[in-house]
Amino acid sequence: MFRYAMRRLLVSIPTLLAISFIIFALLDLAPSDPTANLPLTIPPEVREKIRASLGMNEPFIIRYLLWLQQFLVNEPLNMIEQWTGWTIGDSENRLRVISWATRSPVVDLIVERMPQTLWVVGMSYVVAVLIAVPIGVISAYRQYSWFDQIGTFVSMLGFSIPTFFTGLLFIVIFSVWLGWLPSIYDTTLVVDSWDSFMAQVRQMIMPTMVLALANASQISRFMRASMLDNLNQDYVRTARAKGMKERTVVLLHVLRNSLIPVVTVIALGVPTIFGGAIITEQIFRVNGIGALLIVGIESADIPLVQTLTFIFAILIVLFNLIADLLYGILDPRIRYD
Amino acid sequence: MLDDAATAQPRASGEAGEAVLSVEGLTTLFGVTDGAIHAVNDVSFSLRPGELLGVVGESGSGKSVTMMSLLRLIPSPPARITAGRVMFEGRDLLALSPAELRAVRGPGVGFVFQDPMTSLNPVFTVGFQIIEPLREHMGLSKKAARARAAELLAVVGIPSPDKRLDDYPHQFSGGMRQRVMIAIALACEPKVLIADEPTTALDVTIQAQILELVKDLRRRLGMAVVWITHDLGVVAGIADRVMVMYGGQVVENAEVGALFENPAHPYTRALMETLPSVEGARREKLRTIEGQPPIMTRRPAACPFAPRCAQAHDRCLAANPPLLQVAPGHASACWLAEGAA
Repeated sequence: MFRYAMRRLLVSIPTLLAISFIIFALLDLAPSDPTANLPLTIPPEVREKIRASLGMNEPFIIRYLLWLQQFLVNEPLNMIEQWTGWTIGDSENRLRVISWATRSPVVDLIVERMPQTLWVVGMSYVVAVLIAVPIGVISAYRQYSWFDQIGTFVSMLGFSIPTFFTGLLFIVIFSVWLGWLPSIYDTTLVVDSWDSFMAQVRQMIMPTMVLALANASQISRFMRASMLDNLNQDYVRTARAKGMKERTVVLLHVLRNSLIPVVTVIALGVPTIFGGAIITEQIFRVNGIGALLIVGIESADIPLVQTLTFIFAILIVLFNLIADLLYGILDPRIRYD
Repeated sequence: MLDDAATAQPRASGEAGEAVLSVEGLTTLFGVTDGAIHAVNDVSFSLRPGELLGVVGESGSGKSVTMMSLLRLIPSPPARITAGRVMFEGRDLLALSPAELRAVRGPGVGFVFQDPMTSLNPVFTVGFQIIEPLREHMGLSKKAARARAAELLAVVGIPSPDKRLDDYPHQFSGGMRQRVMIAIALACEPKVLIADEPTTALDVTIQAQILELVKDLRRRLGMAVVWITHDLGVVAGIADRVMVMYGGQVVENAEVGALFENPAHPYTRALMETLPSVEGARREKLRTIEGQPPIMTRRPAACPFAPRCAQAHDRCLAANPPLLQVAPGHASACWLAEGAA
């Protein structure tokens, strides 16, 4: 298993390099101008100077290699320095990946935005898994019962209605009509008392639920299908013939087998948490990673977009590996060595 | 524990005493969109302590569904047991509550299924799967259950049992997995072992080993065995009594000797003629029974075998013959058997 993981990690290095090149090339080919959002009064020759100062006149390959060096060497070194307090080499003049729009290091921006995203989107994913697994199990065990019918209907809705619609619907119902919950997520809120904690909970409810509904719809369908596959297996009959309790048969024998594909689906979905729910974050004004990406795209902040996209790529490759390893752990028939 | 059972008095084998299991009028339907399939029709038989009953019939003749109906192991819906009584230790298994039935599954009646490749749970160790019923029914401690599980693996002839308890089913061969299944079925020392075509999925040498194993275990443990098969050769070698099934009903029931010497039902005779012989001149080709077994969409009003029967006459199409006595202990559901006794 360890050797397999190491081999996969090594193989993912060229994969990621290729991805980083493709992202860089795509962004370079896109007709974007970082000075486009500047006031119209700025004359063209000044704009040209701004572009030159951002390094946009360098050849493509030089810019790519410089970005690689900044992202893969300078940023990790900087991170180590921050954690340990050491000074490695010429840390004053080491160039980090700098956002064109805000002039601050991209990684610092990401670190600043990450908590909001993890709280809201991460929490929604946890909620989604916690409600999807029991719903899937019960729906499968009581196939075609009223519970299953309602579950099927709700997950069809959750699956097919986009989050920008459910988000707005929730805002209209719970903020405008009922006035129970705030429609805007206040990032400046500091949780230091019971009241502020409740305020935090209340402002998290809607974005969390909107995303949880979408995720739970998907996961509960996987769970249900996987349970149904397993409920008719011969080993279930064997367990019943041994005189095991129905609860043991379903929640131990069947569930343990059914979870194998579902756990990998869940693991593969984790990178989307870090990616942030771009649309939902926009609707509820959660200034997380997704919102950051939108701002970056709007202002043609290529280093920011490039870095964020590449981090998503790393997470996707990493969680693919984790899903494969989980497969090996959960299913004794799969051995990687 | 198992060795004690070997020296204990044999459980009245061959005596005409109380039946350990007695089935009366068992009827099972499978609901389909437009009606029902009559899989088991009015099946009655009884099993004496220590007896080995062979159940023979083509695929779809209702052998497996009958036996699974006894313990209500058939998926319901679509299956429904609509009539009958299954008397075991003075109680009707069909009338028990789920909890009472669970107490019979395992300690009362053990089950070995057809396909050892899929009948074990792939994600649990073999040890776990043997220990489970021991903990559930026998109330053994973890340690005692593990020791007993190793003992059971040794009984069914698996080498280095203690080590193999920690292996997963996929680490066993087909024959070994079937031995594990038998160990699980034997775990709680059942009074009746039902083996549903346990050797069908295995090659011939392994099949012979499993047959010997069950014969030996039955002698040592004194339990009654129901052996479902479509192989008359196996039945001849192992059974005390044979029940031939066709179209969801019992068409002949006899001691094994009587059945092979004097088969009374035309279907039984036809089955025997299909057996290839290893002696004498080589026949040109294998004999078959013409036609297909029936799909019982209605409660049979006529003899289900009549369309394929060379001796069928008007009466066979008019009424379904009941089991008629041919000789003491030998019954056949054929109008030709009438007056034969």
